[in-house]
Amino acid sequence: MSGPKLHKPSLCLFTILIFLGRAPMAANADELLVSAAASLTDALKEIGVAFQSKSKNKVTFTFGPSSTLARQIEEGAPADIFFSADLLQIDTLDKNGRLEPGSRKNLLSNQLVIIVPAESKLAITSPKDLLKPEVKKIALAEPTSVPVGVYSSKYLEGEGLWGKVKEKVVPVLDVRATLASVESGNVEAGFVYKTDAAISKKVKVAFEVPIEKGPKIVYPVAIVKESKKKEAARDFMNFVLGPAAKDSFKKFGFVIID
Amino acid sequence: MFILSVETWQITLFSLAVGLASTLVILPLGILAAWFFARKEWPLKSVVETFVLLPLVMPPVSTGLILLKIFGRRSPVGRWLYDRGIEIVFNWKGVLVAMAVMSFPLLVRAARASFSEVNPRLEQVAATLGASPVRIFFVITIPLALRGIVAGALLAFSRALGEFGATILLAGNIPGKTQTLSLAIFNFVQLGKDREAYILLGITVVLAFVSVWSSEWLLRSQKRA
Repeated sequence: MSGPKLHKPSLCLFTILIFLGRAPMAANADELLVSAAASLTDALKEIGVAFQSKSKNKVTFTFGPSSTLARQIEEGAPADIFFSADLLQIDTLDKNGRLEPGSRKNLLSNQLVIIVPAESKLAITSPKDLLKPEVKKIALAEPTSVPVGVYSSKYLEGEGLWGKVKEKVVPVLDVRATLASVESGNVEAGFVYKTDAAISKKVKVAFEVPIEKGPKIVYPVAIVKESKKKEAARDFMNFVLGPAAKDSFKKFGFVIID
Repeated sequence: MFILSVETWQITLFSLAVGLASTLVILPLGILAAWFFARKEWPLKSVVETFVLLPLVMPPVSTGLILLKIFGRRSPVGRWLYDRGIEIVFNWKGVLVAMAVMSFPLLVRAARASFSEVNPRLEQVAATLGASPVRIFFVITIPLALRGIVAGALLAFSRALGEFGATILLAGNIPGKTQTLSLAIFNFVQLGKDREAYILLGITVVLAFVSVWSSEWLLRSQKRA
């Protein structure tokens, strides 16, 4: 083995020093911190790189469940921008006066889809097909608290199917767990967002819930009131609302709200 | 060299560095606490001991929430620190605090058991020969309990590396800044990037195995000695 000797304690210290000593790049250049829902990771990483090539400001992200991110901002965590995966969290922050008035934009939407294992021969051309006897179990993120579960059950209710489908539902932790259970073939079908279905090769989309019939799924973004870098935050907001960012979001399967 | 990406190296070295720093930070306090628990009696001692051990069994997320409440800008403590330019939330210091709090009980437990096994007569003999209590502590007690202390430190270090729940609440999950091995694995799993997750998982298993195994080996050899 050649190359640097990584076992040396000095290297550990060196690493600590790197993290300690992050000096500001230049005067006026700010480093923004964006709290963003985990499902936005890939799209925002791409947008972050594009933003930094155009702006003097830098941007870093912290990714997590929207509820956790909202909680952190509530406690005064130094985030500059909040990008949530649902309205409830941002509404609460807004009510408590934690967001910059007028900065909030409902930017993205997502589409509900019904997925089946990639090798499945099930033909699901409408939600009614979920009633077929071949469909024994349906994975769904917890239908009372997790947004995607709430959205899916509402949609099925609207179609007059929830009462019957309910018996087949296996409530799971989140979207990721829904994907995993469909991938494994332990359930015949599941409900996820279109952007999530795109990340797994072991599932296929059997049915896309038409946007106009589905529930209104909204990803809002806003500037945090306590941010010390308002100007840079506005700079990033403008970029996120601009055409280049929109292309990235579309590429990862999001729907742009105009 | 290994075919690991720069990002993987960065995450691994960051976890090791902060894990090491956290273990070094808790070491003096942990040794002191363990010695007091092993050698001194005072009213409500068991209550204090239980409090110290609580992070071991509490849901890490709830410990994280308490830490966030304490160090958030909205609290007096967080405010006081913030006014002095120190911010714990959302940077590496948050990772360190979360790791330190969560791994502290493991160090104390092991060190405490080790102190209890030191024969007090040796200390008494040293005292009759005129050694001061501080000198006895450093020359007799610590060396005799050293294996247990190191074993506890290694265990605490392993726990620190595996820390997740408190870290994500207090320090966030910021790639390149606060993302540890555990947080990165979680993130990759969320994104369906299983391959990347498995690589980090492999690294975690190796690191955890080596430190837990060394810890156990030290404890066993102490018993034999």
